[in-house]
Amino acid sequence: MTAMNMVQALNSAMDVMLERDPTVLIFGEDVGYFGGVFRCTAGLQQKHGKRRVFDAPIAEGGIVAAAIGMGAYGLRPVVEIQFADYILPAFDQLVSEASRLRYRSAGEFWAPITVRAPCGGGIHGGQTHSQSPEAIFTHISGLKTVMPSNPYDAKGLLIAAIEDNDPVVFLEPKRLYNGPFDGHHDRPLQSWSAHPAGEVPDDYYRIELGQAAIVRPGAQVTVLTYGTMVHVCLATVDACGIDAEIIDLRTLFPLDIDTITASLRKTGRCVIAHEASRASGLGAELAAQLQQRCFYSLEAPIERVTGWDTPYPHAFEWQYFPGPGRVERALKRVMEA
Amino acid sequence: MPGHSTRGLQAPLQLHIPEPSARPGEAPDFSGLVILPAGTVARPDVHAPAAALRELPFQLIRVLDDDGHAVGDWNPHLPAETLRAGLRAMMLTRALDERMVRLQRQGKTSFYIKSSGEEAIGVAQAFALQRDDMCFPSYRQQGLLIARDWPIVDLICQIFNNRKDRLKGRQLPILYSCREAGFYSLSGNVGTRFPHAVGWAMASAYSGDTRIAAAWIGDGTSAEGDFHYALTFASVYRAPVILNVVNNQWAISTFQGIAGGDEATFASRAVGYGLPGLRVDGNDFLAVYAATRWAAERARSNGGATLIELYTYRAAAHSTSDDPSKYRPQDEAAHWPLGDPVERLKQHLIGLGAWSEERHAALAETLDEEVRAAVREAESHGTLGTPPADPETMFDDVFEHVPWHLREQRDEMKAEGL
Repeated sequence: MTAMNMVQALNSAMDVMLERDPTVLIFGEDVGYFGGVFRCTAGLQQKHGKRRVFDAPIAEGGIVAAAIGMGAYGLRPVVEIQFADYILPAFDQLVSEASRLRYRSAGEFWAPITVRAPCGGGIHGGQTHSQSPEAIFTHISGLKTVMPSNPYDAKGLLIAAIEDNDPVVFLEPKRLYNGPFDGHHDRPLQSWSAHPAGEVPDDYYRIELGQAAIVRPGAQVTVLTYGTMVHVCLATVDACGIDAEIIDLRTLFPLDIDTITASLRKTGRCVIAHEASRASGLGAELAAQLQQRCFYSLEAPIERVTGWDTPYPHAFEWQYFPGPGRVERALKRVMEA
Repeated sequence: MPGHSTRGLQAPLQLHIPEPSARPGEAPDFSGLVILPAGTVARPDVHAPAAALRELPFQLIRVLDDDGHAVGDWNPHLPAETLRAGLRAMMLTRALDERMVRLQRQGKTSFYIKSSGEEAIGVAQAFALQRDDMCFPSYRQQGLLIARDWPIVDLICQIFNNRKDRLKGRQLPILYSCREAGFYSLSGNVGTRFPHAVGWAMASAYSGDTRIAAAWIGDGTSAEGDFHYALTFASVYRAPVILNVVNNQWAISTFQGIAGGDEATFASRAVGYGLPGLRVDGNDFLAVYAATRWAAERARSNGGATLIELYTYRAAAHSTSDDPSKYRPQDEAAHWPLGDPVERLKQHLIGLGAWSEERHAALAETLDEEVRAAVREAESHGTLGTPPADPETMFDDVFEHVPWHLREQRDEMKAEGL
């Protein structure tokens, strides 16, 4: 085991897979010699050679398209989109091609690609470096969407994503790259070195896609969340003394429906928290699934704590980001209902 | 003076909207085309640097002259046997197309796309490639499959969406996928697979393979970003790929000028990417073969990609859903100055003493019967409206393994009696 932040854990996952599987290769903007603007691929080109890890033109659509072609050949490309905000030029390739290739060819061709992209806010990135676009991918049949919340999960999930024979959109909450973030932006930065999930095995391991994690067992209310908001919810629950069961979804699609419904049947109350904006967000799908499956267990309306339905405003980051205050008030509303 | 306005003092700006040379009711007019005699374009060494080839995309590679003689550097000197095989594949493609449109009119399928006048493109190129080179076609290169001897009954079963449709009724007719024949899955989206070919070619080079890739789009689709992605990646990584633009003059009702073809040739797009660009008479079997062979040899020897513009004319409607008499002169195809690819190869073979009108007519009859027999066999497995597979299979292949939500929806569909 080694103390790693999330950047190092992701780097370790790619290092392990480059070592294990000669069909794995990595490319993207600035990922080669330089090692990525967030350093996730630092040292990988030096170690594995530029044939395996190389820079790509600034063409997200071309990056994903080339990866699909490589996948159809039989390689297992891992590509980085520098910010999830810039994934949209590749959206056509993900929706019209990667997600449907297996289906429309009745299994003749498929795209075993992993598309990594840093997402989310809390880094003073403004509206073009802060977005959480997961719901536009969870809507697409044929794509898997993953978002880890800590270094240990990040490595195990990324390895599982790379080994998966379906296309995976792997979203990395960049605010968590260097440490957990409880939403209290005015407090000192935290480090992964003090966090149990910052202890990461050096070798190969997988965390299976489609499995949520109960990060805090509880009896009174179920909190469904993922990414940065996992830490905001944990800190809020600890501070306000509500016995909440917090579930980190980890894989956003396909959902771990059994873990989610079992928890709600136990608690009868639910708060869904995500950074992404609200309308047609993943929270809407979760709420719809839960009211259908657990209606007679519900003691209160399901609450959603989300980003507002506006672009992410630079100067009003902490009014936009769904911080501890909003989570706490939602929990209280659900408990009092 | 900086900042000083001259508005009102200068002539007003004018927005230019390109127009084709003739519309319905007008006489076809191809007088603006500059077509040099066959054999006038020199064939450079396949290893020549792209910088030395910058004039090529503004010329037109032609081998067959107006009398059907093969002339000039680009003459591939193919044996008569190969030429006859190419002619047969083009004629079979045409016979299949004709029969399928009739069957569409009879309601046995919902949709079809012919390749009339463009048969040399898929067919001659399949002959110039190796059987295991990977093709990323658009929807008008059915000739590739026929030239690779893929059974036409299999194609007709897909067109009928019947019980033997290997794609299980999931695809619109003619959007084939045929991995065994090196034919990549088609899609109704245009252009999206063009950069896949580059990725596939990069993967082949990465793997130390010897196979190359080839891809096709139309003149209209060259305006898509995918075209730019493909050329950029092909250039940067010297991908072993042949990128073909089939300039058949028409993108449904939109003439090639709306894709920028009036300002510069499509082949000349290559120059800015540092790639060789070949502009080829697409109705000349020998020229298409020779240009493709040149690009294939270059790619296979790590010389990277070539852009080929195949200059041709879409003689039929875009599809069975289209009526070209609404936007171009009805007899425009008959006036295309580069003729018909089947007629031209036939004339050449007759000139060689290796073919005759009688043999041609007999072959046409044989092929028509071959298509009819394949149709009969395919019909025995059902036509449009025959369930191609168990409806439950619609939930397969979305993912490698069927996840819980699709199992649930499959059960829901069954419970609904669907």
